[in-house]
Amino acid sequence: MSRSDDRVEVRAQDTDGARGAPIPRRRLLEIEDLRTQFRTHRGMVRAVDGVSFTLDRGRTLGIVGESGSGKTVLARSIMGLLPKRNVVRTGAVRYEGIDLLTTSPEQVRDLWGAEMAMIFQDPMTSLNPVQRVSAQITEGMRHHLRMDRKTADATALALLREVGIPEPKRRLRQYPHELSGGMRQRVMIAVALACGPKLLFADEPTTALDVTVQAQILNLLQREQRERDMAMILVTHDLGVVAGRADEIAVMYAGQLVEKAPTASLFANVRMPYTEALLRSIPVLDAPSHTRLQAIPGRPPDLVDPPSACRFAERCPYVRDRCRAEPPPLLEGEPGHFYRCWYPVGLSSPVTLRSQPTSGNSGGVR
Amino acid sequence: MAGTGTAHLRAPEDTLLRVEDLVVEFRTRGGTVHAVSGISLDILPGETLGLVGESGCGKSTTGRAIIQLPPPSAGAVQFEGVDLTRLRGDSLRQLRTKLQLIFQDPISSLNPRRRVRDILAEPMRVWKRGDAQQQEQVVRETLDAVGLDPETALDRRPHQFSGGQCQRISIARALVTQPKLLICDEPVSALDVSVQAQILNLLQDLKARYGLTMIFIAHDLAVVKNVSDRVVVMYLGKVCEVAGPDRLYAHPAHPYTEALLRSIPVPDPAVRPEAQTTLAGELPSPVDPPSGCRFRTRCPYAQERCVHEEPQLREVAPGQYVACHFPLGGAHAAPVRVEVGAGVPV
Repeated sequence: MSRSDDRVEVRAQDTDGARGAPIPRRRLLEIEDLRTQFRTHRGMVRAVDGVSFTLDRGRTLGIVGESGSGKTVLARSIMGLLPKRNVVRTGAVRYEGIDLLTTSPEQVRDLWGAEMAMIFQDPMTSLNPVQRVSAQITEGMRHHLRMDRKTADATALALLREVGIPEPKRRLRQYPHELSGGMRQRVMIAVALACGPKLLFADEPTTALDVTVQAQILNLLQREQRERDMAMILVTHDLGVVAGRADEIAVMYAGQLVEKAPTASLFANVRMPYTEALLRSIPVLDAPSHTRLQAIPGRPPDLVDPPSACRFAERCPYVRDRCRAEPPPLLEGEPGHFYRCWYPVGLSSPVTLRSQPTSGNSGGVR
Repeated sequence: MAGTGTAHLRAPEDTLLRVEDLVVEFRTRGGTVHAVSGISLDILPGETLGLVGESGCGKSTTGRAIIQLPPPSAGAVQFEGVDLTRLRGDSLRQLRTKLQLIFQDPISSLNPRRRVRDILAEPMRVWKRGDAQQQEQVVRETLDAVGLDPETALDRRPHQFSGGQCQRISIARALVTQPKLLICDEPVSALDVSVQAQILNLLQDLKARYGLTMIFIAHDLAVVKNVSDRVVVMYLGKVCEVAGPDRLYAHPAHPYTEALLRSIPVPDPAVRPEAQTTLAGELPSPVDPPSGCRFRTRCPYAQERCVHEEPQLREVAPGQYVACHFPLGGAHAAPVRVEVGAGVPV
């Protein structure tokens, strides 16, 4: 994102009044050892198990993982959108320096919509079916920004136009069921943007949509984010969705971050075998038809009782004894590039030398 | 893209299934929904036909109309020489065992209250195939074929399985009646990429093992390319383009095919998605489809002729058929483009 970065950089300087030397970005979000557990009759489910990362203003973080990897729970834990009962959250979630885990629910509610907003996967169930589009967009502005009805309505109209809805005036008076899936997702985005949040969570925002509409919605999100200098956390199972759009990518597996790096360096030097396996399982357009896909065997571990050593070991093509004995830490192997693996892909120092891969699909890297 | 025409059909005696001028319309209070408007396609034995397009293009309706669920408003569906649209009652039900459907949502397509053993044996019980013991034998073999351990799976219920495993069970259920044609309606859209690869590979294996012919309906072009021998691109109830997958993806001739291909997110940060032009707007209403070429309202190359005249499917390269007045590039299509583009009838 070199070009967009430049623009954002300039903007940040202007608002801070700093001229000359570029100033460092301002930290927006700091997550420290966040753990979210659900109490069930089978025991505690460790859905998010010690996740740490930071996010600066105006940046995009892509969180990638399979179903059950904890990516949605992570986003909801940060925002505080989980039920109180039978949920245990520990660690720290600092938003502009305030720890959201220790602030009162009332104070956190003041942040929802105004400071941080969320777009969900299914736009039908996340919009109110018995409220007109206008009411849903203006609600936040009237509450948080104390806008009068007229101004709020005018802003809503401008927002609908901005998110690319044709005939916005008519749409404002309609109900969600009168809109197509793509339209509904645009309305959701308008609702989320209404109060000008600094942080936007997009949880699989395009998974329920067609490819053509998916491209439109992702472009829209990216444009809005850039123009508003808004930070975004884009949660998805599709590495293709984040590849061209995120500044940084975090890959989750079994409740933990297993690899995190700036997008370009992640794709250039995949280190975590799980990330590599995910990338290889995607059917590629460039491959001839009937190319055999490289599926990941097995299933993710049970999060009630996850393996004590490497959680990916059972499915890893490069597994060795150490992987089943000691849990690998998330280490910064290269500047900015973190991975949780004893024998990272593509590295061949004596310690990390592996036995010949049996599947023959490693491309001769190891 | 109006895409009527039968230029792409092959000799009827070679095909397992031949669909001609299929029309499906639904009468609603808002008017008649033209879900499928004159589609023709055929499949050779052992072939996999991919059917792609956006939601609402009629691909699922086509798949369902083939097995007469519901019967189409017009058109013929020849299966092994028998026109299914003329069959009724028992003879239709009898023949349907040879055509099986796999649905998108594996969990809701299985009865949550029944055990896997009963879910799989049901079709054989209905058709009184073999005794209980033989049925269990078939169930065990089929479970094994789809990669589930019969010992642990037989007495469990659907909720005890993951989405990918449920899809394996659905596939097994479709296989127990020994079908010839398997219609897969978005079988992997609800699954994770890693599981998606497992199921796609499984379908390929089963196709070889059971000698199946498949119709593979999906909106993901990369998935369709991977499994298909021939691809039909649909838009708003019409066929846009028919070609072999490698040809279609390398040289799309229809502007809609090109737009679909461009919309696919590529797992490569060097590709700037925003730089690529994506399709603007949304699918027009099938209640009142555009005149002439149905794609013209969203087509970047649309001209006056597209409003008045519906394009017919014609061959632009060996094995590649397109329904467009101004097909894209390529040596084969170029003369057409120059000639027509020079003197557009206005």
